[in-house]
Formats: sequence, structure tokens, C-alpha cells
Amino acid sequence: MTPARTSRSILPGFGLSMGFTLAYLGLIVLVPLSAAFLRAAGMSTHDFVAAVASPRVIAAYRLSFGASLAAGGVNMVFGLVVAWVLVRYPFPGRRIIDALVDLPFALPTAVAGIALTSLYSAHGWVGRWLAPLGLQVAFTWTGVFVALTFIGLPFVVRTVQPVLQELEPEIEEAASTLGANRWQAVTRILLPELAPSLLTGFALAFARALGEYGSVVFISGNMPMRTEIVPLLIITKLEQYDYRGATAIAVVMLVSSFILLLLINLLQKWSRRYHAI
Amino acid sequence: MSIEAHGIRKKFGAFTALDGVDLHVPQGKLVAVLGPSGSGKTTLLRIIAGLEFPDPGSGRILFHGDDVTDIPAGRRRVGFVFQHYALFRHMSVLENVAFGLRVRRRRDRPAPPAILERAHRLLELVQLDGLAGRFPSQLSGGQRQRVALARALAVEPKVLLLDEPFGALDARVRKELRRWLRRFHDDIQLTTIFVTHDQEEALEIADEVVIMNQGRVEQVGTPQQVYDNPSTPFVYQFLGNVNVLRAPALATALRPGGVAAATQEGLIYVRPHDIELAPHDAGGPGLSAIVRHLHAAGPHARLLLEQVQTREQVEVEVSRSELSGLNLKVNDLVRMRVRQVRSFAEDFAI
Repeated sequence: MTPARTSRSILPGFGLSMGFTLAYLGLIVLVPLSAAFLRAAGMSTHDFVAAVASPRVIAAYRLSFGASLAAGGVNMVFGLVVAWVLVRYPFPGRRIIDALVDLPFALPTAVAGIALTSLYSAHGWVGRWLAPLGLQVAFTWTGVFVALTFIGLPFVVRTVQPVLQELEPEIEEAASTLGANRWQAVTRILLPELAPSLLTGFALAFARALGEYGSVVFISGNMPMRTEIVPLLIITKLEQYDYRGATAIAVVMLVSSFILLLLINLLQKWSRRYHAI
Repeated sequence: MSIEAHGIRKKFGAFTALDGVDLHVPQGKLVAVLGPSGSGKTTLLRIIAGLEFPDPGSGRILFHGDDVTDIPAGRRRVGFVFQHYALFRHMSVLENVAFGLRVRRRRDRPAPPAILERAHRLLELVQLDGLAGRFPSQLSGGQRQRVALARALAVEPKVLLLDEPFGALDARVRKELRRWLRRFHDDIQLTTIFVTHDQEEALEIADEVVIMNQGRVEQVGTPQQVYDNPSTPFVYQFLGNVNVLRAPALATALRPGGVAAATQEGLIYVRPHDIELAPHDAGGPGLSAIVRHLHAAGPHARLLLEQVQTREQVEVEVSRSELSGLNLKVNDLVRMRVRQVRSFAEDFAI
């Protein structure tokens, strides 16, 4: 971690590349973000609290964080299954399915939103079968969750897949010669080995879901207190020329996601503690 | 416990890995399965372990006379050590060793303190108890392999199977560890098979050597038997350096009183240390050769000679004192005589 200041390093160019990294990150990430902070800093405490802690905003935080965490969690489980099938079993059409996984990346999110809404609305292909069961997806919390799951899937698959591919088959064979059954081999050997990449995939899917706007606004219905996500609230404030209110919410969003991502990173570091020497 | 394999065949697609292999390993012996890569030796070991199964209907594996062919690896009570250790890197050394006990069914599983105690005892046995809390990534290759051995022993295996156990280690550690393995085997007396492509390793520590080539067993015997009486040209060539010469030269090359196993036409096999050198003008039997290369570092001097008549290259190994008596330089002429040769009937067509 410490730069090669005191001792000579065999890898040249640390100063230059580090300088470039910092300048680039500053320009692309930090400057826009600090602009948000500066604008919010101009508000009085009272105004700030009023903007970020009104019941409507709190409800939106709850929806955004709750649905994003749930979607990340679901993706972690099913993304692992998809990656497992793609890596472990050769079957006809594997390449095509492999390519399909990336589709949520490429699709304009509004298209995904419209498609999902028409599928899950009370008259849609899927919604019409769910409606008699009393399950309403479109224009509810569930709809938001479905959209966020859709856009987050590739993250987990793409982070777990290469790790799974590199895993030596010998460790599973070793487990089996030692008498472990399949369940024990998976839970005690495979999952711990995959945990760091699963967590990375989860963090990415979660972060993406938090910021997602396009696919959600169609399926959520945007009802105040019930199905408004935070990015939508920010847009709404902007449309009302309440720039300060919008940035205040944005700042809270930023800080809390940063803290969450940091926690996930720490968890990930812990899960790969055996790598550290 | 003795191990027997009868008529084992195994194909991977079009490739025949094992082509009817029989093997008998007596109780308590240390047996080396020796062969070049692709000879099927690892496949054989994996079939004995239950990690691979012979082609349907082709053969049987017996442990102590009991047929285990259809029993999966986990219930065969074998300790298997992999070439690249295959340690569980997210577990400490102690937990790696304890794993086999922790995954036992509840009624066979010792209490947790007893498991840890046994793991500690096994680590003492492989002289690593001080490293119990480390992770595998913090150990050297030799230490990792000993952890793998302790882990395999934890399940109280009836046989121990080692797949190129020293293959990934550097030369010095390899030598140390194989002597250690021999002593270790003498202490615990567990029937052990180890697979290797290193003939020196096999000849040094095994009670018995099984030499394999192209999916078949070429020869079985004690190290001395297979080295002194190789039954096929393959074994002869595989077990040491060898010169292959055309036979007609032999009559003139043989030293008086030299031993020729067979002196028909064909190819003859001569070990580099079975050739003696004399000054070129010494007369008597022998062949003229030119010194092409001289390598005098180490206990013996090695020379590369080129036979004048046939231009065949011949490798010769002589003692340093013998070499200095001859006072040879590169491109000098020298007379070489053969002490002992061997030829194999099936190799007569050139």
C-alpha cells in the first residue's frame, strides 16, 4: 500500500501513474460530487433537515435502499446459479445464454422499464396470471424490486464467473476424498472461496440499483409515500427549480451509499483475509 | 491393506489412458508408479482413489481383497495428496487438517476438542505444529505438501496415494522431503503408492517400482531389479542415461572380457558409465572417437564423443582421475571400449 518512496521499486512510473489516477478521478468523480456538497453547504441547517428528512423523502430512502438491497441479494443468489451453470456444464447454446446475460447492460433502461411494465401490469402477459392471485407487481414496491433485479443481474454473474472458472477442481476432489458430501463441499469449500467475488457482485448490483432511474419510473407508478424512489424525487425537485433541495437529497444519498459500499468492501476484505501475507 | 487392480482400462475420448493395467501392492509397502507424462500413471492412481472410474466392465479394484470398484472416493478410506497440494486456502493449517473429521457424520464424529487435539497431533507428526494458525498462502511449498499429507492422514486412511507429491518443489527440498517420506513410511507402515516421473526419486525410496508407458505396465520389480535387468528398451532408456548404438560396431568395441547380453544385429544399449576410454594409440579393441564436448564439474566427468566411423554421438561418464590421466581436450581423438551392453530382441529392425 505504501508508495515506493524510500526504496527503489522494480516497477517504474509510480509517480506518473498515481498522479494521473488522482487527476482523472478528481476530474471525473470528485469535482462533480464536491459541487453537490458545496451547493448543499450553502443551506442553513434548518433548510437542509427540512429538505432531507420530510416524510415523503424518508419513504423514498426506505424504498430505494430496501429494494436495492433486496435486488442485490436476489441477484447474488441467482447470479451465482447462472454463473455456476455457465461455467460447470457444457450444453448447446451456452454461448448464446452467456451473451444474454449482458443484455441488461446494453438495453436502454427506459426500454426495459416499458417492457417490464407492460409485462407486469394487470393486463400484461405475466400480470394477468398474477392478478387473480392478488399479486400486483406493477405500480407497487414489488415492481421496483423487479426492475432493479433485472438491471443488476449481469454484475454478479460477471464477477463470479471468472473466479469459478479459475477454481481448481482438485479442491473439490480433495474434499470428497476426505469424506465430505456434496453439500459440505459446496458450503464449506466453494462458497467461502467465492465469497469475495459474490460480495463484489452484490456491491456493484446494489450501487447500480440505487442510482437506477429509467427502468423504475415506468413500473413504479411514482406514487408519493409509496412508490417514489430517491432519484425520482431529485428529478421532481429539479423540475420545481428547487436545486438546493435536490442537491441536499443527493448529498445524503451519496454519503449513505459511500458508507454502505465501504462496509461491503471491509466485509469483502475480511472474507479474503487469507490472501494477505 | 493390500491394493489390487485387475485389467483396468480407461479412455478419454479417442485417447487410451490405460490399456489393461494389472497391479498388486502388498500390505505396508511403498510403491512408486514411474512413467513419462501421458503414460497413464496419474489416471491409474485416481482410479484407485475413486476420483475416476474405469471404463464400464473393464476391470476391478480390490482393497484387501474387497471389491471397491463402485465405491466413491469418500468412502474408500484413502488418503490422497495432490501435486499442487489442493489445500483449502480460506482455512488455517489446523482447520485444513481437521476438515476430514469435521465433515464426518455425527455419530462417527469426535467432539470438537478431540478433533483439534488430533489435528495438532498430526501436525506434530509432520513437524509443523508451530504453524497451526497460519493460512496455506503463508507456507513454503514443502510445508504445504506436509500439511496436505497431515490432512490426508486425518481420516485414518487405509492406503495413502500421492500424485507427484514433490513435483512442484525445488530440487533440494524435493530430495529432503523424499527421504523424509521414506522414514515417515517406515514409521507408520501404511500401504503407499506414489506417482512420479522422476526415476531417481522412484529408485531411491520405493520398495518396488512399477514402470508405465502408454497406458501399460512395462515392468515391476525392486529398484535394483528394474535398473539392472530392464525387460524392455523403454525401461532401459527411462531409468538412466543411455547410448543407443548400431550393433555391427560392437564386435570391435567390446573390451576383452566385456559382457554382451546379446550380440545379434540390431541396436545395442550402453550406459555412459559402462564405456571406458583409452589413449587413441593404445591399440587393441575399441572404436575411434572425437571428443566434442567436455563437462568436468561434479563428481564425474561427462564427455560427448563422436564415433569416427558412423558419426554417432556417444555420451560417456568417467571418473575425474581417469580423465586427468588421459589429458583430453576438445577435438582430440580417443579410443572407447564398452564394458557392458544390452540389446533387445524386438528392436532388431532399425
